[in-house]
Amino acid sequence: MKIGKQTIKLKNTPKILETSSAVGPKESNGPLGIYFDIKCSDVFYGEKSFEKAESKFMKSAIDNLLYKLNLTNEKIDYIFAGDLLNQCIASGYCIRDLQIPFFGLYGACSTFVEALMLSSLFVNSGYGTKVLASASSHFCSAERQFRLPLEHGNQKPPTAQCTVTGSGVALLVPHDIEKKVPVVTYVTPGKIIDMGIKDMSNMGAAMAPAAFDTIITHLKDTERKPEYYDAIITGDLGKEGTDILIELCKNYSVDISTVHRDCGKEIFDLNERDINSGGSGCACIAAVFSSYFYQELKEKRLNRILLVATGALMSPISIGQGESIPSVAHAIAIENEV
Amino acid sequence: MFSEYLYVFITGGVICSIGQVLIDKTKLTPARILVIFVVLGVIFTATGIYKPIVDFGKAGATVPISGFGYSLANGVIEGVKEKGFMGIFTGGVTATSAGITAAIVFGYIGALVSKPKLK
Amino acid sequence: MEEDKIKMTNKEYSEYVDGKAKKSPIIKNIIFAFISGGFICVIGQIITNICVYYKIEVKDAATISIVSLIFLGAFLTSIHVYSRIGKYAGAGSVIPITGFSNSIVAPAIEYKSEGYVLGLGANMFKIAGPVLVYGIFSSFIVGFIYWLMLFVR
Repeated sequence: MKIGKQTIKLKNTPKILETSSAVGPKESNGPLGIYFDIKCSDVFYGEKSFEKAESKFMKSAIDNLLYKLNLTNEKIDYIFAGDLLNQCIASGYCIRDLQIPFFGLYGACSTFVEALMLSSLFVNSGYGTKVLASASSHFCSAERQFRLPLEHGNQKPPTAQCTVTGSGVALLVPHDIEKKVPVVTYVTPGKIIDMGIKDMSNMGAAMAPAAFDTIITHLKDTERKPEYYDAIITGDLGKEGTDILIELCKNYSVDISTVHRDCGKEIFDLNERDINSGGSGCACIAAVFSSYFYQELKEKRLNRILLVATGALMSPISIGQGESIPSVAHAIAIENEV
Repeated sequence: MFSEYLYVFITGGVICSIGQVLIDKTKLTPARILVIFVVLGVIFTATGIYKPIVDFGKAGATVPISGFGYSLANGVIEGVKEKGFMGIFTGGVTATSAGITAAIVFGYIGALVSKPKLK
Repeated sequence: MEEDKIKMTNKEYSEYVDGKAKKSPIIKNIIFAFISGGFICVIGQIITNICVYYKIEVKDAATISIVSLIFLGAFLTSIHVYSRIGKYAGAGSVIPITGFSNSIVAPAIEYKSEGYVLGLGANMFKIAGPVLVYGIFSSFIVGFIYWLMLFVR
């Protein structure tokens, strides 16, 4: 049911039955290292190319989730998935092997929440009883897609971010499954916001206005205060983006500074060289939600979270043509039932 | 002897520092910086500005990519002197052929033996 | 619902963001670029001087030194060292001819996975190609103008 300007209230509140995550070496050694399910110390993951490795990260995250629940892939109705590569090849080739009906998504770094949103809507309206949502990214394949070759000796500006290597996956099931797990209550798909930022190495600044727009709209539509949530979690705004988002909200006299958290800031040790402003990529929020935050929810240290993933929808071609960076943010409210 | 190396060091250092200022202040990509330097090298050589810098700084002025422009411009001018009109087409690349060939050959071999790796 | 919008124009936002962005440590970067760039040039001069010492003509000696530096750049790139140097040296490792060599080997290594012709071969000059294009083109213009001057005289 649509409420307010653009929020949907899910009256059947689908459940997030299980999650699973797989990450690369840098993430495994980061502050959240202990929470991830699969940690691979090889960025190639035994494959010949980075693209294949990215596929394998998603594949092992999904396989691990099925294993946890003792399910087979035939039992899954649909999967919503996406990544950062051209034509979404990481997800495409991964799901080729799984034989699950597939919806390919592109929302840049917002893909995971977009997938979560759509799969919960699917389950909510009864079109499926077991729907997967997944997203992946890989530092090396993303650098190839968007930036300079890895071996090129160049410096990154302090506002640059480091793409997370890995994948996260969540399984959505109808509410009548007997199990105490977090449920999805509201989703707020975002509009595309573009404040004219053109700098590819300052994505936080390009995406913060989209996060602001979606968060404010969500709070207004649901008539909730920021304090209602134990945490408002953004995907990959990084240091700069976080500061900007908090200030934008403050100018609008909404204070989110006490509840706001950013996966990009938490997944890496920000003092490390080359991390600069923090993590980014589809896998940033996907892996961090599927491991750390899901566990926090299950163990009731957090009870109500608003997951907001931001995505920058540019391509090297549009940047080459002098276009600015359009951004989108999707929000999903995940809560423990009392 | 020592003062020669000092001049080389200073000249090379100053040219690279100019590049660093461009990178940090203008957000130009490395490819653009290289293009700017090589074209400036050609122009400054043609207008006679670069020659004194090379005389002073030697390798400090020829090793930076602007030195590549210096070789190109010198080569084409000499080519025109020797061969007339045809020299416009042959002079520049002839003078830099060793560098270009070396870059392709070593580049190819380097790529063959190396495997991509995360830093 | 105009009041939901950010009360800033794109230009104001852009200025606001620039003020927020953490600046590159420019003084430190320049010092590192100066030292590393100067150092690479000194290596070039040492090679030239050694050649001259062994009675090689100055012009050939300079060529040998450039070729050696190109080899050095390619070698350090293929053993994954050049990119690390670049993190500290910045322009000091981009501007010298070793950086030119690095910018050829780096994409070549990476695009090898797409085959030797259309991957490695076609992408080798992805970054360095423009240098050749604009360098050679501008030398053509210089040559043409010089020829005209001789011709008119």
